[in-house]
Amino acid sequence: MAVIDETLSYPRVTTVGDFFALLKPRVMSLVVFTGLAGIIVAPGHVHLLTAFTALLCIALAAGASGALNMAYDSDIDIVMARTATRPIPMGHVARGDAMTFGWAIAAMSVATMWLFVNTLAAGLLAFTVFFYVVVYTLGLKRRTPQNIVIGGLAGALPPAIGWAAVTGSLSLAPIVLVAIIFMWTPPHFWALSLWRCEDYARAGVPMLPVVKGKTSTRRHIFAYTVLLAPLGVVPAFIGLGGMLYLILSASMGFWMLLEAFATLRERDEVREPAAKRLFGVSLLYVFVPFTALIVERLLHLPALWT
Amino acid sequence: MDDNSFDKNSKAGRERRKRNIALALALGGVVILFYLMSIVQWHENTSQ
Repeated sequence: MAVIDETLSYPRVTTVGDFFALLKPRVMSLVVFTGLAGIIVAPGHVHLLTAFTALLCIALAAGASGALNMAYDSDIDIVMARTATRPIPMGHVARGDAMTFGWAIAAMSVATMWLFVNTLAAGLLAFTVFFYVVVYTLGLKRRTPQNIVIGGLAGALPPAIGWAAVTGSLSLAPIVLVAIIFMWTPPHFWALSLWRCEDYARAGVPMLPVVKGKTSTRRHIFAYTVLLAPLGVVPAFIGLGGMLYLILSASMGFWMLLEAFATLRERDEVREPAAKRLFGVSLLYVFVPFTALIVERLLHLPALWT
Repeated sequence: MDDNSFDKNSKAGRERRKRNIALALALGGVVILFYLMSIVQWHENTSQ
C-alpha cells in the first residue's frame, strides 16, 4: 500500500488521514445531520443503540460513496483545481485501494443496517450508494448537464433512511423532507459551478454553465429556488413542523430567494460574488430548518397542523 | 515497494503502525457494536 512520492526522500505510506479524507467528511457531516433529523422526527421509539447504529451506517455508506466517487473520478479530479489535492490525484492513495476501501465499507454498512435495524432502511441505504456511485458518478456526471438534478436524489435520501430505521415504513412526511433536499441540490451546486465553470470545462464535465452558459444557469437557479421556498414550509402543514419551523424555514426560503435573484442579476462573471453568497446561504438553508425540526421534537413542541 | 522493507522507526514505518492501530480499533469497535446490538435485539425479543 505504499505509493511513491517523488517529492519526498522516503516512500509515501498511505496514512489514516488519507483514508479519512477519502470519506469526504464535510459531505458526510451534512448527510449525518439530515439522517439524524429523520431519526429524531420519526414517530415511535427505538433503542438508543439502534438509532446510533443506523446513524453510523448512514455515515459510513456516505463515506464509502465519497471514496468510490473519488476512485472513479480520479482522472478528472487531477485536472480540476478544487479536487486536485484529493488523496488519489496527490498520489497518497492508490486508486485500487480506494475502491476496495469504498466497496468494503459500503457492504459492511448495508449489512449492519440489515442485521440490526431493518430491511427497508438497509434497502434504501443500498439504493443510495448504488444511485450515487453507479447512476450519478459512472452514468450521469460526464454525460448530461442534468447530472446533479437526478443524482441529487442520493444525497436527499438520508432523512427517509433515518425515518425508516425508526418506523420500518415510509409516509408522506419523510418523502417531503427528501423532496426539500432534492430541490435544494441543483441551486446549491449550480451556484458553485458558476465560479468553478472553467474548472469543469477543463475536466470535460458537462455542468450547466459549461453546456448552456451562465445566463441559463442563473435562470435555472432562480426557478429551482422559487419551487424550493414554498416546498420548504410544507412540513409545517403536514403535522411535522411547528411554529418555530414555519418561521425559520419561511425566513430561510425568503433569504435564499433574495440571493438567487441577486445571482440572476449578477454581472461580475469573474468573481461571481452573488453566487458565492447563495452557496453559503444554501448551506444554512438545510441546517437551520432541520435544526428547528429536531429542537421542536426534543422539546416536545406541538406541530402546527395535526 | 514492499511495506515490510520500511524501517520501523522511519516516518513511513510510524505511519504504517498508526494505520494498523486505527484498523484494529475500527474492527474492535465493530465487534463491540455487534455484540451490544445482539444483546439489545435479544432483550427486545424476549420482552415481547
